[in-house]
Amino acid sequence: MLEAIILTVITAATPLLLAATGELVAERSGVLNLGVEGMMVMGAVAGFAGAITTGSPLFGILLGLVAGLATSLVFAFVTLTLVANQVASGLALTLFGLGLSGLIGESYVGQPGLKLPSLSIPGLTDLPFVGRILFGQDLLVYVSFALVAAVTWFLFRTRGGLVLRAVGDNHASAHALGYSVVKVRYLAVMFGGACAGLGGAYLSVAYTPLWVENMTAGRGWVALALVVFASWLPWRAAVGAYLFGAVTVLQFHAQALGIGVPSQFLAMLPYLATIVVLVAISGNRRTTRFNTPACLGVPFVPDR
Amino acid sequence: MRIELVKRPEMSRKMMLLSPLIAVGLTVVAAAIVFALQGKNPLTGVYLFFLDPVTSLWGLEQLVTKATPLVLIALGLSFCYLSNNWNIGAEGQLTMGAIAGSILPVLAPDFDAFVVFPLVLIMAAAGGALYALIPAGLKVRFGTSEILTSLMLVYCSTLFLDWLVRGPWRSPTGYNFPITVDFNSAAVLNDYAIGGMYLNGSALAALIAVAVFAVLLRMTLKGFEIRVIGLSPRAGAFAGFSARRMTLFTFALSGALAGLAGMMVVMSEIEKLQPVISPGYGFTAIIVAFLGRLNPVGILIAGLVIAVSYLGGEAIQTSMQVSSKVATVLQGMLLFFVLACDTLILYRVRLVPGRSSGEAARA
Repeated sequence: MLEAIILTVITAATPLLLAATGELVAERSGVLNLGVEGMMVMGAVAGFAGAITTGSPLFGILLGLVAGLATSLVFAFVTLTLVANQVASGLALTLFGLGLSGLIGESYVGQPGLKLPSLSIPGLTDLPFVGRILFGQDLLVYVSFALVAAVTWFLFRTRGGLVLRAVGDNHASAHALGYSVVKVRYLAVMFGGACAGLGGAYLSVAYTPLWVENMTAGRGWVALALVVFASWLPWRAAVGAYLFGAVTVLQFHAQALGIGVPSQFLAMLPYLATIVVLVAISGNRRTTRFNTPACLGVPFVPDR
Repeated sequence: MRIELVKRPEMSRKMMLLSPLIAVGLTVVAAAIVFALQGKNPLTGVYLFFLDPVTSLWGLEQLVTKATPLVLIALGLSFCYLSNNWNIGAEGQLTMGAIAGSILPVLAPDFDAFVVFPLVLIMAAAGGALYALIPAGLKVRFGTSEILTSLMLVYCSTLFLDWLVRGPWRSPTGYNFPITVDFNSAAVLNDYAIGGMYLNGSALAALIAVAVFAVLLRMTLKGFEIRVIGLSPRAGAFAGFSARRMTLFTFALSGALAGLAGMMVVMSEIEKLQPVISPGYGFTAIIVAFLGRLNPVGILIAGLVIAVSYLGGEAIQTSMQVSSKVATVLQGMLLFFVLACDTLILYRVRLVPGRSSGEAARA
C-alpha cells in the first residue's frame, strides 16, 4: 500500500517539477511567464499526438518538448521584442494554448494512447520495496531530478548562470557590462517552454495515456506557485512538487476510501493547499525578498 | 534583420485608436489562414465567422446577449488592471455570485414577492464581491500574489457549484439530473421586444454601467486615484492615496460586477443552476478589457466584437463543419495582437537590416 502511494506521488509530482524548474529559470532571468498552463497543455496534446502517430512514446515526449518551446517563442517575441505587458501576455498565452490544444486534440478525444514504459533493470528493480521506487520509474522521473541538479549547478556554479541571474536582478547593469539582456531572456523563456512542454507531455504519455481537453487542470498555475514557494531555488521546487504530488494523491485515496467528505471538496484540496502555501511563504518576507529576482516582470528596452 | 524600438517623445494618440483596429485586422487575417489550413475557403469562413452573425435580427439579439456579461465583467476588471491589481479570477466570482444570488429562488421557491428580484441581484453582487475580497485581503495582509490566488479560487468555485447541484441543491423533480429547481417568476429576467429584438434588462444595465464607469474614471477623484496608483504607486502614496484600500475596492467592485453578470445570465438564459453556467465569460472578459484599452466606451465596443467570435464559432460549425474551438484560438490570438500593437503607442518600430541586437551590444 505504502509502495503504491509513493509510486503515484512520484508520477503526480514529476510534471509539476518539470514545469516549475523551467519557469524558475525564466523568472531568474527576470521574465514572469504566466503562460505555463498554455505551454503545458500544448506539450500534452503534441506529446499524445506524436506518440500515437509514430508509435513511439519517446518521440511523443520529444514532440511535447518542441511544442512547449514553440509556444514560448510567441510569448518571448511579444514581451521581449515588443516589450508588451508580461502578465497580460502570459494570460494570452494560456488562453491561446488551451484553445489551440483543444482544436488540435479534437480528433484524439477518446482514443487510447501509448504509455512511456518504466525502467526495468533485472535484479535491481526486483528488490523488495525500494526496487520499484528507485529503479522502476519511467525515464522522465530521472530526467526531472537530473534537471534540478543541472539547473542548480548552472545557476550557481557557472558563468552563464551568473549572467542569467545578473540579467534578472539588474538588467541595466548587465546591459552596461555588454551582455545582451534580450538574448539571455529569450533563451531562458525557451528553456522554460521546453520544460513546460515536457511536463505536459508527461501527463498525456506517462501519467494518464489519454487526451482530454484542458487536461492540465491548473497544473501550470500550480507550477507557477511552486516557483514562489521555492523562493527561486530549484531543490526547494522539488520538495514543493512532491508535497503537492502527495496532496493530490492523498485526495484520490481519500475519495477511494469513501470517507464522509464529498469528492468535490477533496478535489479542491490541491488548489486550497496552493493558496495556503503561498500565504505562508509571502508572510515570511526574509526568504522571499532575498531570492526574488529584482527585475521580475519589468520590461527592458536596450538604449543605444 | 532585426526589430528595434525607438521611444516616442509622447504617447501617440493616433495609435491609441488605431492599435485595436490593427489587432482586429490581424485576427481576421489569422482566421483566414486557419480556415485555409483546415481546407476551407478562407473568404467564406471569414464572412461566416465575422459578418454573418450580425446580418440578422436574431443574430444581433444573440450578440447583445453574449456581449452583456462580457462588458459588465470587463468594466470591473479594467479598474483592477488600471490600478495594477491582477484579478484573473472573475470566472470564480461570477460562479460564486450566481450561487449566492440563487439562495432565495432555490431554497425558498414559493417566495415570489416583488422584493425577491432586487434581493437576488444584491446577494449575487455581494457573493461575487466577498469572493473577490479573499485574494484582495490576502494581498493586502500578507503580500500574496493575487494572480495565483484568484485563479486557484476559480477551480474551487466550480467544484463547489458542482457539489451543490449534485448534492444538497439538486432538484427533487429533476430525474436525478444535476440541476436545481426552476426559478420562480420573480427571480427571472423577462425579455422585452425592442425594435424587433427580444432583449432583457441586463443589456440596459450594462449600458448604464458603461456610462457610470466613464464618469467615474474621468470626472471623479476616485477615477484619478485609480489612474495615479496604476501609473506610479509612489506618486499615489505621496498624494495620500492608499494602494491597499484601492486593492480592496477594485477587487470588491469587479467581483460584484462579475457576480451580477453571472446571476443575470442564470436568470435569463437557464433560469436554474447547473454544473456549467458560463462559457468562460470571466476569462474572455480579460481579453475584452484589454481590447477596449481599459476604457469604458472601448470595452463596450470590444465586448460586441468578442461576442461576434462566440457566434461566429457556432456559425462556422454548423455551415462549414469547422470546429467551434477555432473561436477560442482566435480570441487568444486577438489578445496577443492587441498587446503587441499597444507597443506602437509608446514606440516607433524600425526594421534594421544587419547584425542581431546581441552582437551589436557586444561590439
